[in-house]
Amino acid sequence: MKLCEITTAEISVDEVVSRLADPAIGAVITFVGVVRCETDGRAVHHLEYEAYPEMAEGTLRQIGEQICARWPTIRQVAIVHRVGRLEVGEISVVIALSSAHRAEVFDAVRYAIDRLKEIVPIWKKEVWAGGAEWRSEAVG
Amino acid sequence: METDRIHIKVRFFAAPREALGKGELQMDVPDGTTVGELVGLLTEQYPVLRPYTRFLNVAVNRAYVGMQTVLRDGDDVACLPPVGGG
Repeated sequence: MKLCEITTAEISVDEVVSRLADPAIGAVITFVGVVRCETDGRAVHHLEYEAYPEMAEGTLRQIGEQICARWPTIRQVAIVHRVGRLEVGEISVVIALSSAHRAEVFDAVRYAIDRLKEIVPIWKKEVWAGGAEWRSEAVG
Repeated sequence: METDRIHIKVRFFAAPREALGKGELQMDVPDGTTVGELVGLLTEQYPVLRPYTRFLNVAVNRAYVGMQTVLRDGDDVACLPPVGGG
């Protein structure tokens, strides 16, 4: 099973966590990204995510490798990002990290979502009543 | 003397894809063309892409590259506007 994946299907947090199954782990941390109903005071109707999947899965794997190199207690990193049309309240991304102990998982999961937003080729179009806009936090 | 030409694929995503009206171009460019020169050629041929070049990153064969990178025959080039996952 792939640890890192771009999918058009609904994401289950439990299913992503199950990809890390390993008797040696003592802690799993998850980050769950959810479609919010407003941005900058504007009501969001829905989001459309687009990816360059062949590259994005590799870039997600690179983030996992960087995490395991930087925090040696992290055993595995699973990241699943959904693309296509997502409604308010739906899960856009799940990041799950496993470790023997809890010490480093908090810093590592923060690094994972920050790097994802910086380098993974995924784009988000916000659609609201009467308009739409591609949004990025990667440039000012 | 005629310059040798190479054949490449160029992919587009998000806003520039919508501006161009398609997600992929097949192009023949002179051998020795760099990524930066390709971006210049693209904006000459497709002025609708001009607003997107300032913050554009480019990947060749699914890895980020610099603008000085020299393209090779058969390269799979992707023009990547600022990403917005999460």
